[in-house]
Amino acid sequence: MNVVLITIISLGALGTLAAIILYFVAQKFKVFEDPRIDQVEEALPAANCGGCGFPGCRAFAEAMVKADDISDLNCPVGGADTMSAAAAILGKEVEAAAPMVAVVRCNGTCENRPRITNYDGATSCTIASSLYGGDTGCSYGCYGLGECVDACAFDAMYMDEKTGLPVIIEDNCVSCGACVDACPKNIIELRKKGPKSRRIYVSCVNKDKGAPAKKACSVACISCKKCQKACPFEAITIDNNLAYIDYEKCKLCRKCVTECPTNAIHELNFPPKKPKVEKPAPEAAE
Amino acid sequence: MNTLTISPSPHVHSGDSVKKNMYGVVIALLPALAASLYYFGLGALIVTLAAVLSCVFFEWAIQKFLLKTEASILDGSAALTGLLLAFNMPTNLPIWIIIIGSLVAIGIGKMSFGGLGNNIFNPALVGRVFLLISFPVQMTLWPEPGKNMTAYLDATTGATPLSVMKEGLANGETVSALMDKIPSITELFYGNMGGSAGEVAAVALIIGLIYMLIRKIITWHIPVTVIGTIAVFTGILHLVNPELYAGPLFHLLTGGVMLGAIFMATDYVTSPMSNKGMVIFGIGIGIITVVIRVFGAYPEGVSFAIIIMNGFVPLIDKYIKPKRFGEVAKTTKA
Amino acid sequence: MLKTFSLGGVHPAENKFSAGKKIEVLPIPEQVSVPIAQHIGAPSEPVVKKGDEVKVGQLIAKSTGFVSANIHSPVSGKVFKIDDVLDASGYKRKAIIIKVEGDEWNEDIDRSDDLKTDITLSGEEIVKKVGESGIVGLGGATFPAQVKLSVPPGKTCDVLILNAVECEPYLTADHQLMMEKGEEIMIGTEILMKALKVTKAIIGIENNKPDAIAHMSELAQKHEGITVESLKVQYPQGGEKQLIDACIKRQIPSGKLPIEVGAVVQNVGTTFAVYEAIQKNKPLFERVVTVTGKSIEKPSNFMARVGTPVSNLIEAAGGLPEDTGKVIGGGPMMGKALSSIDVPITKGSSGILIMPEKIATRKPVQNCIRCSKCVSVCPMGLSPYLLMTVSDKAVWDRAEEEKIMDCIECGSCSYTCPSSRPLLDYIRLGKGKVGQIMRSRTK
Repeated sequence: MNVVLITIISLGALGTLAAIILYFVAQKFKVFEDPRIDQVEEALPAANCGGCGFPGCRAFAEAMVKADDISDLNCPVGGADTMSAAAAILGKEVEAAAPMVAVVRCNGTCENRPRITNYDGATSCTIASSLYGGDTGCSYGCYGLGECVDACAFDAMYMDEKTGLPVIIEDNCVSCGACVDACPKNIIELRKKGPKSRRIYVSCVNKDKGAPAKKACSVACISCKKCQKACPFEAITIDNNLAYIDYEKCKLCRKCVTECPTNAIHELNFPPKKPKVEKPAPEAAE
Repeated sequence: MNTLTISPSPHVHSGDSVKKNMYGVVIALLPALAASLYYFGLGALIVTLAAVLSCVFFEWAIQKFLLKTEASILDGSAALTGLLLAFNMPTNLPIWIIIIGSLVAIGIGKMSFGGLGNNIFNPALVGRVFLLISFPVQMTLWPEPGKNMTAYLDATTGATPLSVMKEGLANGETVSALMDKIPSITELFYGNMGGSAGEVAAVALIIGLIYMLIRKIITWHIPVTVIGTIAVFTGILHLVNPELYAGPLFHLLTGGVMLGAIFMATDYVTSPMSNKGMVIFGIGIGIITVVIRVFGAYPEGVSFAIIIMNGFVPLIDKYIKPKRFGEVAKTTKA
Repeated sequence: MLKTFSLGGVHPAENKFSAGKKIEVLPIPEQVSVPIAQHIGAPSEPVVKKGDEVKVGQLIAKSTGFVSANIHSPVSGKVFKIDDVLDASGYKRKAIIIKVEGDEWNEDIDRSDDLKTDITLSGEEIVKKVGESGIVGLGGATFPAQVKLSVPPGKTCDVLILNAVECEPYLTADHQLMMEKGEEIMIGTEILMKALKVTKAIIGIENNKPDAIAHMSELAQKHEGITVESLKVQYPQGGEKQLIDACIKRQIPSGKLPIEVGAVVQNVGTTFAVYEAIQKNKPLFERVVTVTGKSIEKPSNFMARVGTPVSNLIEAAGGLPEDTGKVIGGGPMMGKALSSIDVPITKGSSGILIMPEKIATRKPVQNCIRCSKCVSVCPMGLSPYLLMTVSDKAVWDRAEEEKIMDCIECGSCSYTCPSSRPLLDYIRLGKGKVGQIMRSRTK
């Protein structure tokens, strides 16, 4: 009995002593941290994807608390709701940034773009790009090795086995830009999602002149400038033999789409043209 | 013309493969297998077959049904694990225990870490240590050599030289008196003693070592340092008190030192990557083995020593780097 | 014991099919395309335009910086256009395309075969002339030669090492050049020695070329200060760092140049080009190219003009075999797979290697079994397995710590890996990224 008693008392005393020491140490080494950082972090999606340009959500929260003007900061994953919630904590307001989505600007499927060599290196687009322009005649297009898919942390991409090109699952895409950074060819671009996800873009990044571009890929932009002439809003520029549609200026009139002789300009989520249906576009991409 | 293939350099390969290395080790184990059949007869055959087949089966079954990946049993690594596991068991072990050992070796020792190349501990030793702790009685009944050619479970058993030594010393007998109770050093060299299936014949294992060194499957670093450390350590102890500590030759030729140093410690996956690291690894195994044997409770400590050092391999690899080019340049500048 | 380098190394099958084949002069093609970026450093600036008449040896693109090189016309004719052409890099890059008319050389080039032994120019003049002649390292690295010859202030050079190792399997261009132009190489060596103000030169030759060793040793007796060192057959013996280590037992510290240990290395091909530039006033516009392979009908060594399509060389060696799977510019260990046989040869093309389809593809990649063979063959003492993992996982600070930038990309690790892992592919990727990071840090 005595032994039990001694044990309990001595351990209890030890515990109390340790607690007291810990309390004072904790007081002494306390680091003051703005409690709002925690609150803002709470409001963020906790995806830690780096899409905002900061290493993780906490760093972004710190930046938001520190910054006087938060108009440059945006969490693409959370979107407008998250940003306004986070801003409300800080007593600020944000303008809702237009939702963006990643777009693959290459349509060089196996049919459109015949393979002329056979790649046999490690499965990495960056490694392939250090070797040569690609296994087709087009040295600007997609390698189809899926580095962008590996980079995507949101299951918003997959490689289409048939076409050999990456496909973006619009609903999952949070426009963090990881795929844009991963692609050594700069094929993927973040574009404005557009009303009802309707978008028009040039699905080609080939900067070769018309003839070699067309020879390498049947759906390449051949810089014929027809789209530029057709566009009533001056949204299309042609630079280095390549047309580009400025999504800020584009009014989605689709005149360029019909004009393009190689079908390089793509429209997404528009209702079929001829029989006019007033139904909203289907949600999912493709 | 065919389409041209594009790949980064180099465009040629040595032709070496996992398969070649694994089967190379299996070939190196054949002399020891022959010795085992010569001393233990039918029992050795049954134990070896059971261990090899069950290891290969478990590897296949786990890959096929649990991991749903392509089976890699043809690369020979599972067969090698089975063979090494068998060599670490007495030849009168019941088949059901062998199957449990194989399951632990492949399932826990190898596959749970992610398969070939990812395991931290030598799978065969994981199996063996698991059995040694779970079935201490069955795992320490050693059939006597040369007397059980057709016997399996009913083999007559005897003590190993190591346990004779351990128990004798515990009872206060002297080393020189005990040396008379065990076979002579020459007989120990040829393997005429009780022990696990593959560990007895030092001569056969050394032939295997020479074969592996010639074919450059392994380097000399691990076997030589393990054997050297044990020899030096036990030698010093023997010189201090020859009646309390047995000599180096006794320690080297009995138990699993040869098998462990040549085949178990040199396992690619669970040994360090740099030569310096291998030397440290070997010294560690040698010291732990002797400490367990001489001062510990178990008569034998090789498998524990290797498993303990396996655990240190990531640490060794982190801090011991190969000698880099240009590091000594300061002194050579004219 | 033959001399060799201290760490690692492998010994791939030598396959020197074209050894002993006399250097043949390749007929001039109908059209050449001369890339303006065929050396390490800044691309040159074209000084001709469409429609200009050019002569052989005329300057057509001039150097744009310290690390850059002049380019001279390899043919006479009319500039057809300046356009993007697919070259050995695998990309379309700017090249000067010339339609060939006749073979009219610049008048000041001495076209005779006479050996000119007196060196009239001073050291500084030699360096300048080498720069003007557009000479780059012909071993494959294509580093502008005058840069190496300009010893930076504060450093001293006491020995010149001639790289005649040719450790790449298959290639024989340097070997054959030594057999046929040994005297010229000796004079070239003296010129380089004068430029570097050194009294000692070592010619390093691998022991699988006993005829070249004998020939060069005999010639070297007549030239003071030049010795021939016979080296063990071990890849990468011809790596600059390895060669210095093997010949004079000095190791270049990490991240430093050979001049740090007082040595300058030049390739024998480069040395021959230096001889021609200084003594014959002939700029660099042609070189010896080995065309070889197991399946090729007539493995040969050709003297070819820069800008000649690779297909012309293959045709001259008996045509492209039916079962060809890969065409490599350079040797099998460090050469580059070509995506088309229409690409032009450049100053750095030491060989064209044809590989049959069945040996052209890699074996499937398996798990790393930690066999440590990559570590033991690495001539730089690195841990390739680890560098591959950190590059794959993008842990760039660890990659830098593990000295990824020391890698010389010799390919010994990938060559030896039993699991056929693409070690070097990933290490190269990591080198690129770490290099970028390091450069951005110094800015």
